[in-house]
Amino acid sequence: MPGVEGFMYPNEVSLYWSVLIVLYPFITGLVAGAFILASLARIFRVEAVKPTYRLALLTALAFLMVAPLPLQLHLGHPERSYEMYLTPHRSSAMAMFGFVYLWYLMAVLVVEIWLDFRADIVALSQSTTGWRRWLYKAMTLGSDNVSPRALAIDERVGWLVTLIGVPSAFLLHGYVGFIFGSIKANPWWSSPLMPVVFIFSAMVSGIAAVMLLYMATTRLRRKPIDMRCVDTIAMYLFYIFIIDFSLEMLDLIHRIYEADESFRSLDFMVHTRLYFSQIVLQILVGTLTPLVLLFLAQVMKLHEVVRKRIYAVAGSLALVGIFAMRWNVVIGGQLFSKSFLGYTTYKMALATREGLLVAIALTILPLFILAVLVRILPPWPEAEHASIPEAV
Amino acid sequence: MTITRRQLLILLPAAAVAWESVLAGTPETSPNYTMTDHWWSMLIDIPKCIGCGNCVRACQAENDVPDGFFRTWVERYHVDDWHLANPQVISPDGGKEGFPVAKEDEGKYFFVPKLCNQCADSPCTQVCPVGATFIAPDGVVLVDQKYCLGCAYCVQACPYGCRYVHPQKKVADKCTLCYHRITKGLTTACCEACPTGARQLADLKNPNDPIHAFLKTHSVQVLKPQMATGAKVFYNALDGSVR
Repeated sequence: MPGVEGFMYPNEVSLYWSVLIVLYPFITGLVAGAFILASLARIFRVEAVKPTYRLALLTALAFLMVAPLPLQLHLGHPERSYEMYLTPHRSSAMAMFGFVYLWYLMAVLVVEIWLDFRADIVALSQSTTGWRRWLYKAMTLGSDNVSPRALAIDERVGWLVTLIGVPSAFLLHGYVGFIFGSIKANPWWSSPLMPVVFIFSAMVSGIAAVMLLYMATTRLRRKPIDMRCVDTIAMYLFYIFIIDFSLEMLDLIHRIYEADESFRSLDFMVHTRLYFSQIVLQILVGTLTPLVLLFLAQVMKLHEVVRKRIYAVAGSLALVGIFAMRWNVVIGGQLFSKSFLGYTTYKMALATREGLLVAIALTILPLFILAVLVRILPPWPEAEHASIPEAV
Repeated sequence: MTITRRQLLILLPAAAVAWESVLAGTPETSPNYTMTDHWWSMLIDIPKCIGCGNCVRACQAENDVPDGFFRTWVERYHVDDWHLANPQVISPDGGKEGFPVAKEDEGKYFFVPKLCNQCADSPCTQVCPVGATFIAPDGVVLVDQKYCLGCAYCVQACPYGCRYVHPQKKVADKCTLCYHRITKGLTTACCEACPTGARQLADLKNPNDPIHAFLKTHSVQVLKPQMATGAKVFYNALDGSVR
């Protein structure tokens, strides 16, 4: 049989989870990571990263809006997906997706963004004209009180929402890891470390994405990049990356040392079909290279221009590495037979519902949504509360 | 007769429910079948299987199984003294048309028919996000294809590779132990077609079922017992190399 080596159970020959299911944890990871970066400024009072706070929130929202799309497109019957809300199966990890998603979207992210931007929305509803005025009027939800006392309440409630949001972000992505980690039939996935690895890799990708977006948008707006801000973000990225990499290596070493019945099969797969995506892309290009670059930026006194370039390269490579990690989990977990006697091949289609073009479109779509969001709610540091009295 | 707006608002949902029931059709009637009186399983007697593929063909004809997918299939194992843990296994087109002639060399050859293990603690029903796949009170794991989302999570969760997503219906599909037959007192298509009696449908709740005598006098095993799925397809003389 073409693409098959050794023996596969006959129903295993073609893969059931495609590149879209690779995108799903990648995108939710960016959401969770971006939110956690925002929480650094809000909850942990890391003042240096404040310039990225609002951009991080909008980035999280833009990606969260796209997160269910790969799942919807993957379903055999997307028109039935509402059944997950009406009759969720309580023993299913996947059944909880809708609830975790809605909770995160409606109870955390939208509320926090609204509270944080409320003063700006009120000011814009008074200063704009035409349809924009009506848009902002609607977004005020009838609350145009921007007195110092009202803003202080916003601040307190917003802080509380962020406080709830941090464990929620962990829940959102840890749960995605649990979807894979709880499948005992698949030794490539089955691991209690999976949710933890997913959370830390989410932080890496989200922080890297917001750092890159901040640098790119600041450059596009011809404003100076706040180096204290990006240096601090890069420092957090470096430390979290080390934790993430250590956890993944711990999992790997554990597997190699234990060498259970699945080991020979998985080891062969990593050395053959997953060699490029796992060893080259994920570990060498996407993890060790950015780690070395970020390490150099930490320990050496480098010029600002060099640091900027290092951060741009390291951030981009980190995103490549995390995408490769998602690929290796989702696709890698289906390339070997559960008989441990054979391997199959993933053939990605080009223009089908689960093909490459749709995957590219879904990856780019959040950036377009973000472009619209920043037009409606400018997150730039200099615009923050610019048109209203000083908040208390 | 005049209907007020209030009455109409009450009637509309009721009519929608009634229409849904009409669309769903009339369930097949099995007047003499009581689900709780049965606990279905299957016995596979490996030494009796000759790898003819009758069972696979019968299953495909009976259940309209699409080409390239299998509710049941047959594997041929070749185990020699030096590769006890790494057998050579083939299942060309699920063994539907039989197998090529084996070479006369070292080791042993034997056939292993596979099908859904109708697990009592099945991982596939555990993960289904809407409960579209479920264990019936008679122990058969079924899929409500009018309810299944086609997410394929159950396919990933099955340790035995017994499930697939139907390429036309876009829903999960698997062996139902010919539910439409066994609820009418018939045996499954594969058991009926087996020329050697290597496959036998068994009802563990029936005290007169020959399975009880067989289990008392033979060494039987289930596939992948370490998975603790409560599999109910029992294999007689199962070799340790079988996966």
